[in-house]
Amino acid sequence: MNDSLEHFQDAFADALFGARPEDERVQRLHDQPGFAVYRNTVFKGCVDALQANFPAVARLVGDAWFRSAAAVYVREHAPIDARLVHYGEDFAAFLEDFEPAKGMPYLSAVARLDALWVQAHTARDERPIDAATVATLSAEALGQATLRPHATARWIAFDAMPAFSIWSANREGRDVPDDLVWQDERALLLRAFGDVTWRPLSAAGYAFLDACAEGRPFDAAAAHALDAQPDAALGNIVGELLAAGTFSAVVTARR
Amino acid sequence: MSAPPQSMLGAGLGLKPAHYDEARRARLPGLWFEVHPENYMVDGGPRLAWLETIRADHPISLHGVALSLAAAAPPDETHLLRLKALAQRVEPTLVSEHLAWSTWRGHYLPDLLPFPRTHDALARIAANIDRTQAVLGRPIAIENPAHYLTIEGHDWSETDFLGELCRRTGCGLLLDVNNVYVSARNVGIDAYAYLDAVPADRIMEIHLAGHSLDAQTSPALVIDSHDAAIDDAVWALYRHIIARVGPRPTLIERDDNIPAFDVLCAERGVAQALLDSATLYGGDASRDEVDA
Repeated sequence: MNDSLEHFQDAFADALFGARPEDERVQRLHDQPGFAVYRNTVFKGCVDALQANFPAVARLVGDAWFRSAAAVYVREHAPIDARLVHYGEDFAAFLEDFEPAKGMPYLSAVARLDALWVQAHTARDERPIDAATVATLSAEALGQATLRPHATARWIAFDAMPAFSIWSANREGRDVPDDLVWQDERALLLRAFGDVTWRPLSAAGYAFLDACAEGRPFDAAAAHALDAQPDAALGNIVGELLAAGTFSAVVTARR
Repeated sequence: MSAPPQSMLGAGLGLKPAHYDEARRARLPGLWFEVHPENYMVDGGPRLAWLETIRADHPISLHGVALSLAAAAPPDETHLLRLKALAQRVEPTLVSEHLAWSTWRGHYLPDLLPFPRTHDALARIAANIDRTQAVLGRPIAIENPAHYLTIEGHDWSETDFLGELCRRTGCGLLLDVNNVYVSARNVGIDAYAYLDAVPADRIMEIHLAGHSLDAQTSPALVIDSHDAAIDDAVWALYRHIIARVGPRPTLIERDDNIPAFDVLCAERGVAQALLDSATLYGGDASRDEVDA
């Protein structure tokens, strides 16, 4: 029987996830006390990884709630990558539909921010540019140039939900403020100088970054930002983004 | 920067993020560090920067948990290439993996799973080791697993199986003495007979770790938990194997209940002292030198 190892592994893997094995050999393994050691280790490894990757969610709901929700997730979405730092790609979407989380409509959004933190934490290193680099260009040249977002920059918007306020309070070990306002929020996460940092974004700043990521020139990105927020002080907004290290290059137009 | 030779490795420690600063500053003769490469397979960021900082002053070993060499399928090429890229970056002195499977049909199951040591399994695993060594361009060491199940249908004893893998592929062995002890207790093998049957010249590295009793199973199983100091019975087995084969790079694993770095260094000092005295007074090749 040339497929016996394959057959054994099919039956063993199914049994780990609760199926009664059809293979009689594996059934006898399943009935030994030691089988639970493997099952516990597999599930603990997955749940521990989720807890490490979604610390703000875990802090909000507490260990017991988090770990039982995570165990349900693991059954539906076993890891597909041995790099467990990336495990939980679908966790935010899972929480959105997870019945016991219905009373916490912000939980899925908080999970999205935790996932963006991991992306910023593990993305490729890159040297940011500063305002002085941009200042070497004439106004005309800058208008035609494109600012390239830093490799670690991640930005996100939430409709009528203070998800960033809730998330940042939890990441910073603070209590969630009592006076939360249920309005739109936007955030930028970034690792330009060593550690991941986060800051709120204005509607204009958010639209400006989107346009830059699409490769639109500075003037067009600025116009897009002012469409989103006509009263924006765009010079200050772009200056603050540059100081935070949000861009890695200014690509001038070919003449 | 090129990899220091194996002969420079005395007693090492598993590298824990909580100890990065102290590990970087530590200057103990023979000290080296081991990491799971999967934790450093990232595009950039602080983890990789830390590993490179520590590598600048210490030899490193990459001890993989996810190649799944005992799966009835070849190792995942993407994962293997990530391992190769990391090895090129940090130039490890040793690269090792487990005699176990952990990925199956597109899923990663974070454990080291058992299998019947059949002729079929031997051929499959030898091919997987061959593929890994071809991609990495170097021999790897294969670790004996901890056992919790009595499996039917073995064609080979574990020591013969490992020896045959070495013979067919040119790989080495990572002898985990705590796993030998844990398996002896759980599935009734003779730990000393196991140590005496391991092919001595193939041992590239030795692992030591603590274990614990699982209160939920009856009779209580011994778990390879890496959450406690090394047990006296495991130290006794270690002295036995060192007396038999001479000093080998030795690594203390601690993954849970992690004490202060100084505490781990003290435990490591015990292993280093045993290695030092084996170098002076015992062991195969070293004894010949002393006699001459």
